[in-house]
Amino acid sequence: MYFLRRIGFAIPLLLLISFLAFVLVRMAPGGPFDRERAAASPEVERQLKQKYRLDEPLWKQYGYFLGNLLRGDLGPSLRYRNHTVNDIVAEALPVSMLLGMLAFGFALGVGLPLGFFSAVHRGRWQDWAGSFAALLAVCIPGLVLAPLLVVTVAIKWRLLPVGLWGSPWHAVLPTIALGLFFAGKVARLMREGMLGVMQSEFITTARAKGLGEHQVMLRHAFRLAVLPVVSYCGPLLADLLTGSFVVENIFQIPGIGTFFVNSMVNRDHTMTVGLVLLYAVLLVLLNLLVDFIHAALDPRIRYA
Amino acid sequence: MHSLVQQRCPNILALWSLILLAAACAPQERRADITIINGAEPESLDPAIVTGIPEMRITRALFDGLTRLDPRTAKPVPALAERWDISPDGLVYTFHLRSNAVWSTGEPITSADVLWSWLRTLNPATGSDYAGQLFWIQGAEDFHHGRVPAEQVGLRAPDPRVFQVRLTAPVPFFLDICAFPALAVVPGQVIERHGDRWLHARPLPVSGAFQLGAWRLNDRVRLVRNPRYWDAANTASEIIDVLPIGSPSTALNLYETGAADIVWDKDLVPAELLDVLAKRPDFHTFDFLGTYFYRFNVTREPFNDARVRLAFALATDKAELVRKLLNSGEKPAFHFVPEATANYDPPEGVPCNPLRARELLAQAGFPEGKGFPRVHYAFPSAAGASGNMARKIAVELQQMWRETLGVTVELRQIERKVFYSAQSRLDFNLSASSWVADYNDPNTFLDLFTSSSGNNRTGWQNAEYDRLIREANLQTNDTARIELFRRAEQLLVNEEVPIVPLYFFAGFNYFDPSKIAGIHQNPLDEHPLQFIRRIRESAMAAGAPESSSAQSAF
Repeated sequence: MYFLRRIGFAIPLLLLISFLAFVLVRMAPGGPFDRERAAASPEVERQLKQKYRLDEPLWKQYGYFLGNLLRGDLGPSLRYRNHTVNDIVAEALPVSMLLGMLAFGFALGVGLPLGFFSAVHRGRWQDWAGSFAALLAVCIPGLVLAPLLVVTVAIKWRLLPVGLWGSPWHAVLPTIALGLFFAGKVARLMREGMLGVMQSEFITTARAKGLGEHQVMLRHAFRLAVLPVVSYCGPLLADLLTGSFVVENIFQIPGIGTFFVNSMVNRDHTMTVGLVLLYAVLLVLLNLLVDFIHAALDPRIRYA
Repeated sequence: MHSLVQQRCPNILALWSLILLAAACAPQERRADITIINGAEPESLDPAIVTGIPEMRITRALFDGLTRLDPRTAKPVPALAERWDISPDGLVYTFHLRSNAVWSTGEPITSADVLWSWLRTLNPATGSDYAGQLFWIQGAEDFHHGRVPAEQVGLRAPDPRVFQVRLTAPVPFFLDICAFPALAVVPGQVIERHGDRWLHARPLPVSGAFQLGAWRLNDRVRLVRNPRYWDAANTASEIIDVLPIGSPSTALNLYETGAADIVWDKDLVPAELLDVLAKRPDFHTFDFLGTYFYRFNVTREPFNDARVRLAFALATDKAELVRKLLNSGEKPAFHFVPEATANYDPPEGVPCNPLRARELLAQAGFPEGKGFPRVHYAFPSAAGASGNMARKIAVELQQMWRETLGVTVELRQIERKVFYSAQSRLDFNLSASSWVADYNDPNTFLDLFTSSSGNNRTGWQNAEYDRLIREANLQTNDTARIELFRRAEQLLVNEEVPIVPLYFFAGFNYFDPSKIAGIHQNPLDEHPLQFIRRIRESAMAAGAPESSSAQSAF
């Protein structure tokens, strides 16, 4: 029931987002057909505008957009004229999602053990080293890390390709470049969570019951300590799955992130609106998923 | 503790390795014979729609025209038409199509296909920016504007292998235009059936040397040799991959590590490395028909006064500009039409003359720049080398005008689409501009500033100029034609001055000539893909080139 209501709220929210995106991109100066070289005649531009319905009032355009949306059609791209936005999403989104999942796996795979490890060694050198590593990861953005990786691993040592997409080898550097920052964040969240939970009374109770330290930490402390990380995973995953302009651009990965940014520069209205909406849907869905997981992990949370 | 953590996170790790495994199992493609870094992702591969040079390079490989450009000289040579007759008055062209010209699917390419393709480009509903190239054909412009039916356009297909064209003027560059992508022969039935998405149809019938093997957005366009092409025996490579690359550093890195063989987009050279790269033996530069210039808005004060415009022109030291900022073969432009242009002999143009510039400005009412209104110089922002260069040039010009004329011009870097929109609406005072030849003739440049041209974008209209251009194109005598164009250009750059040319472009590409053959430098920067090949022995022996300068690419 609770989740049905959440979904019920999400629909007007998504409509509002799509409307704002729709209006805002059209308010920006310059249009999709403004270019260095004029069209053969004003007639060509008029026909193009007519074809893409850019010559009609805004509310009518939005109406057409909604009508198409109901049929799952995001419309034609105004820049890539042999493709629809659906074509482009179908081609580029899986690439971004694969890279995003890899980076997500990397962030959790590195971040969770690192945070856990630091916390259980609180105050000792292992904690210092672990926390320093996490801090360093958070401080180096992909924009800096990616070129560094390329210059050292790909160009100097010739271990991995400098860019492009196709084999698992092509995925290694972008995964690290995209995931390391989040691994650092996850590690810090995990460490904080553990430190908080380790002082709780039920941990003392568990120890008093005579449970082994490993069992206390993993079975009882971890479950609650990981909750902040789980909350963070929703937006994180939405962020990672929809692609990163920087990393995709540096490694020349055919993902959706580059299309998103370029669509705004190119005034490719349909593409911008379509991708904004896609991102919004993902964000809403993943937040919902996070709430599910919360309920499953934390016995105190019950949704009526 | 550590091992326990690993025991507890197995689901995450398992998931991750599963994904990796899935990626690993993805089918591996055959490596292309040649990999070319070509510029941004193609907007389209429809020859009637493409406007950028990178896109045109691909469409020329897919769709042939009646003529094509020779890889050495960029002059038109027979393609789908094996020969042609031209009437003595230069107005009627009769093309004879090859008997072995067939689509990649096997059906013969007929004159009806040519007719259909050309009318499609002319039809405004197609949205071809280059429809104007066909306006030399009788009735074409009227058809474009919906004033006459298709039957009244001067195109006839009396026989499947004979195609006849009637022109409005005996222009000497009509065969060049026939090689232009907008006039390429495209598969009508497929286009009618699939609409805008026709390039996704399979099989896709093509008329050119290559078939479209794959078109993966932002990944690659894979071209596969078309065995049914009339000249397939001379297609030098089986598979060519054309990569769209967004970042100049990535382009250079791919080239340096051997993942790409050729880079030929000027925007894909890291601007800060241009000096170093230009000295390397695999860096090739050549004269290229393009001009960088700035436009005045002659409809607004103070540039509605030709004296002020000329003063600005005389205060612009082009030689200094080129010496200071441009170091890969560009030449200062004192006139608008590049020297290498065929059928032409340009006038001397405007020199730099600070004294005369100050005099003229004083005559116009602004002695030593006093009382000069606030004006701005607009230039577009762009990624890569060209955006960088536009900014440097703007700063340099600003300083020249300040020092010579005592005038302060505000600089405005404007987002690309906003910039072009403002330029076409004449919402500027001074505006950075460039123009690249569509064909090798002065008309491709001088036609720009006729009163009716959509590319004029200065507000300048001059009946004498229009007359000179019109008469030049009606002229059959070469010397007289050159003289008319010269007179027009003189009016443009020396007297009326709606524009000030700054420099002529230099073409550029980098590839290792000991590994790659078949690329010849020509003034249209035209390198037909079917002649490019890898030189086998040395390619095996040499491996990837040593990277000396590339490591500092960031």
